[in-house]
Amino acid sequence: MRTYVLKRVLLIVPTLLGAAALVFVIMRVIPGDVALLILGGDSGQIDQRQLTAMRHNLGLDQSLLVQFGTWLWGIVRLDFGNSLWTGQPVIQELLIRLPLSLQLALFATIVSVIIAIPLGMLAAVRQDTWVDYAVRVFSIGGLAMPGFWVGILCILGLVIFFGWGPPLEFTPPWVDPWANFQMMVWPVVTVGYRFSAVTTRMTRSTVLEVLREDYIRTAWAKGLRERAVVIRHALKNAMLPVITLIGTEFAFLIGGLVVTETVFTLNGIGRFVVDAVAHRDYPVVQALVFLIAFGFVVVNLLVDLTYAWFDPRIRYR
Amino acid sequence: MATRIEVAHTTATTALAPQLTRADEIVRFIRTKPLGAAGAFIILAMMVVAALATVLAPYDAYHANYGLQFARPSTDHWLGTDEFGRDLLSRLIYGARIALFVGFTASFIGCTLGGLLGVISAYLGGKVDLLLERLMDILLAFPQLILALAIASILGPAVQNVVIAIAIPIIPRAARVVRATALSVKENVYVEAVSALGAPRWRIVLRHIVPNVVAPYIIMLTAQLGGAILAEAALSYLGLGAAEPTPSWGLMLSGSALSYAEKAPWLPLFPGIAISLGVFGFNLFGDSLRDALDPKLRKG
Repeated sequence: MRTYVLKRVLLIVPTLLGAAALVFVIMRVIPGDVALLILGGDSGQIDQRQLTAMRHNLGLDQSLLVQFGTWLWGIVRLDFGNSLWTGQPVIQELLIRLPLSLQLALFATIVSVIIAIPLGMLAAVRQDTWVDYAVRVFSIGGLAMPGFWVGILCILGLVIFFGWGPPLEFTPPWVDPWANFQMMVWPVVTVGYRFSAVTTRMTRSTVLEVLREDYIRTAWAKGLRERAVVIRHALKNAMLPVITLIGTEFAFLIGGLVVTETVFTLNGIGRFVVDAVAHRDYPVVQALVFLIAFGFVVVNLLVDLTYAWFDPRIRYR
Repeated sequence: MATRIEVAHTTATTALAPQLTRADEIVRFIRTKPLGAAGAFIILAMMVVAALATVLAPYDAYHANYGLQFARPSTDHWLGTDEFGRDLLSRLIYGARIALFVGFTASFIGCTLGGLLGVISAYLGGKVDLLLERLMDILLAFPQLILALAIASILGPAVQNVVIAIAIPIIPRAARVVRATALSVKENVYVEAVSALGAPRWRIVLRHIVPNVVAPYIIMLTAQLGGAILAEAALSYLGLGAAEPTPSWGLMLSGSALSYAEKAPWLPLFPGIAISLGVFGFNLFGDSLRDALDPKLRKG
């Protein structure tokens, strides 16, 4: 196990370096002269001396390799430069927004699991009946509806029927749980429902697979009741891929956060990305895209390690 | 010699399976996969609407009519009009073109490039495989929408840029799936046989490996279609996709739709239904196709 862990941890280093390089190329090399953009490239009238000074400030007058090195060194020290829009350090802006997004992600995951596991199991056990079809339509429907549209419908309903307006300031749950609940409940339901669609499908297909195993036939042959067979024998063994999926769907969750936070005007990481892109705030976009990739890679690593811990066959492959 | 082995191989497999005509297979698909058939029907309907947009749309999708802003749904304008007085139904009909165009081209480019890389990676193995795999790992480190967002933000809002932004994140995902299948195909005795007979590499790849990875390629392609349409909607919604006045479904939901929601609730309602229905059709069809093509998931 130890060598496996070591191998997997070492393997993410080149991936992260590559990801950093890719972000650097996409955000810094392709768009051309960032200094020109900051000074308002659209207006056309730019003082040459100002431009040179700005380039020097941003380190753009150095070679690309040096610039990349500087950026990498910044990542190591958690220094991502300042936002072009607010002038504040990127990391500071990020930390303000992190609790909201984490809470949204965590609660949405919980909601999705509560919906998905019973439904997925039911659909598998009653495969090809109306129950199965209903669950599949419900879950495929959840995947088909754009997250932002579900959010829009939510707001539309609340505004029209209850005259509700979204609260503007984020209140952490430990300050005022009720205010926090009022603000977060609809975004959580929106993201959670869409997320549950993925998990329901996965639960259905793994339970289906497990139901065909020999030990399930044995359980039936012993004369166990359906409930015992399904819950004790099938569901327990089907859970591992589902847990993995919940981990790997982190990406799906991030995508959900981006659009949902924008719809509900929640000041989280997802909306931060969108705003930064809109303002052409390159240091912020660069930092966020890299950090999201970093989080994604780490979550995937943890999922793989958990999996290996549960299923020793994987370690020896 | 090589051809004789192929002939023997095909006759052996066809002798085992009962002869089914194409019509029989379609009937069987509808009967065993009613949801998949419903999906296929939705896709076909969407294609017909897109193809006949000029005939079907009652009005010009781009024509602004300021005397008719926010007209309620009526017999003249079935789905009402938007803040520029444009007919919403006509815009939705033209929007089907954008959605299908972006969906098909993005998934086709992504899956084909990814599939090619996957086959090359699996067949050549060694350093090439290692290098390509690391490259794919790097691309996979980014959540799909985030990578698309970053690329779209650099390229600027335009339909062809959206296609590129959505296609690139698909590449590593397709590559991974196709590579895995190609690896197992490569181990088959018949591949060993043709290579022992001295068949050139390109021939082995094209005649013996590629045909065997078509199934996962098609599954991947149909699975990505719905996602690509959703991604286009999301990018347009966020202001990074098609730009006004393009009748993109996602764009119709952005900004103004919600601010006028109380006055004109049909504006945020109908484009969302169009997106959901389209993606729903593709997902239903893709799901059933995967079930039908992947023997592992068949009811045993």
